[in-house]
Amino acid sequence: MQTVEPQLTKRFGLKDSYTLKVFLATGGYSSLKNLFAKKPAEVIEEVKASGLKGRGGAGFPCGMKWSFVPQNTGKPIYLAVNADEGEPGTFTDNYMMMNDPHLLLEGIICACYAINSHMAYIYVRGEFYAQIQRLNGAIDEARKAGYLGKNIQGSGFDLEVYVHRGAGAYICGEETGLLESLEGKPGKPRIKPPFPAVVGLFGCPTIINNVKTLSSVPWIIANGAAAYAAIGTKESTGTHVFGLSGHVNQTGYWEMPFGLPMMEFINHYGKGVKGGALKAVIPGGSSCPILTAKECEDLTLTYESMRDHKTMFGTGCAIVMNEHVDMVKVLKNLTHFYSHESCGQCTPCREGTAWEDRLMKKLLDGEATTQELSMMLEIADNMEGKTICVLSAALAMPVRSFIQKFRADFEKYCKPSISAVPAEIS
Amino acid sequence: MQFKPEVINEFEGIASRYPVRRAALLPALWLAQREFGFISVDAMKAVADMVGCSPAQVLETASFYTMYHKEKPGKYHLQVCQTIACLLNGSEEIKKTIEQKLGLKPGQVTADGKFSYQPVECLAACHNGPCMRVNDEYHENLTPEGVGKLIDDLKKK
Repeated sequence: MQTVEPQLTKRFGLKDSYTLKVFLATGGYSSLKNLFAKKPAEVIEEVKASGLKGRGGAGFPCGMKWSFVPQNTGKPIYLAVNADEGEPGTFTDNYMMMNDPHLLLEGIICACYAINSHMAYIYVRGEFYAQIQRLNGAIDEARKAGYLGKNIQGSGFDLEVYVHRGAGAYICGEETGLLESLEGKPGKPRIKPPFPAVVGLFGCPTIINNVKTLSSVPWIIANGAAAYAAIGTKESTGTHVFGLSGHVNQTGYWEMPFGLPMMEFINHYGKGVKGGALKAVIPGGSSCPILTAKECEDLTLTYESMRDHKTMFGTGCAIVMNEHVDMVKVLKNLTHFYSHESCGQCTPCREGTAWEDRLMKKLLDGEATTQELSMMLEIADNMEGKTICVLSAALAMPVRSFIQKFRADFEKYCKPSISAVPAEIS
Repeated sequence: MQFKPEVINEFEGIASRYPVRRAALLPALWLAQREFGFISVDAMKAVADMVGCSPAQVLETASFYTMYHKEKPGKYHLQVCQTIACLLNGSEEIKKTIEQKLGLKPGQVTADGKFSYQPVECLAACHNGPCMRVNDEYHENLTPEGVGKLIDDLKKK
């Protein structure tokens, strides 16, 4: 395991870490000199070469996304920052904004310069009231000191940044749902294509990036793509703030390079599983297929290892469960969550999530047979790949993986099916 | 129901951040909730006037988002996270404690108007679960005893 200097969390723990004074004293905004010395296209190439992937869950290469913005439409270009952190199990953007809001602003300046945008909106989930205050404070400080506004640090580059408060809808973390919400509408995702990079906010080219993705950019601009790509693994470059919740003795978040084995993460950082042996891990937020203890043995915290284990890196925040956890109750919790959060515009999702939830209730009430389990799997197949956004798939994947990997837990709740009753009795 | 002139001024400042006025609808609803306590039908009409869109558009947006209160909440609005990570660490006990102590079911307000209670979905404080929000403030690493004491303290306020 490499030891590298922290990039994202180096100010965490410093007194008044969120202030411009502390930020500047610890090298803040120093990437801007390199940034403005480059042409925007060179910045995009640099970020491409760094291998930085989107940290919001999808893991899309950041530089490549930026390169999709057409520069010849004559329309303004927008950056929308996704700070709608709502994926169950995920909680680290919260601390990025609280402890180092200027780092996010520095990343926003880098991104906007690269894509030629002069207006950025930070979409923060409505519950993050303190984070919104903190961001607004940082924006005021930065504007007064000439890091935002007109002619930033004499570069000739103008940029305004505003915070937009959400109001409690998980779906607004989906990038096009977020854009709808920014436009003052219900956060119902849009059909793609056109992709937001071409037709996004107010019909203009728009890039949507997660908080940690943008917070990673200043280090790349200051130290170069090669230095960044040397950290982590070939496919998962750089560092990330990994989180642990659920049944571990020490929950929390830690910045480290990609590549740590999951079991070392749980045992060393999490100080071991709490309350019994390890049963399962959801590796990157509740939408990711669940893994058994056995599957975790050779799992590493990388995009590629998660893919090889047929799950997803997601947000890099793992939920750990001990042997006493009843998987049926956990899945019921998730079916409730997704049916509650479905925006309702696509039938397979609106009906599918609700049916999965009703079937889980039936199972918990002791009214279901194994036929209902088969039905749940069939519904899951009909939910995935048939909707505008991936919320539907985000429930189909847990349903399938929970039932397939922990079938014994589910069968305990099943009453004998009619076909299992001997013929002479029926 | 009307906004005070200074609130309209505040709103105009916010609206100037967007190229389209409708985009300021979520901020306008936040202002309405701050000023009027909740988003009544009259408040929606006032918002529509201020933003310059139809009352139906305001209803469409306001009803989509759970954080806009459609009815008057208690002075202390208890929002208990009930999603997976909090569930694993005991959110059911927290919900039970609140329900018994205040005699409330989800969505209800106490007769004196002091407390309202709503289980909510993931609050993004998973490592410190169980957690809840009291109005806009987070309370984390909750225990049934701690929540009981918190409610007693709030009762005295």
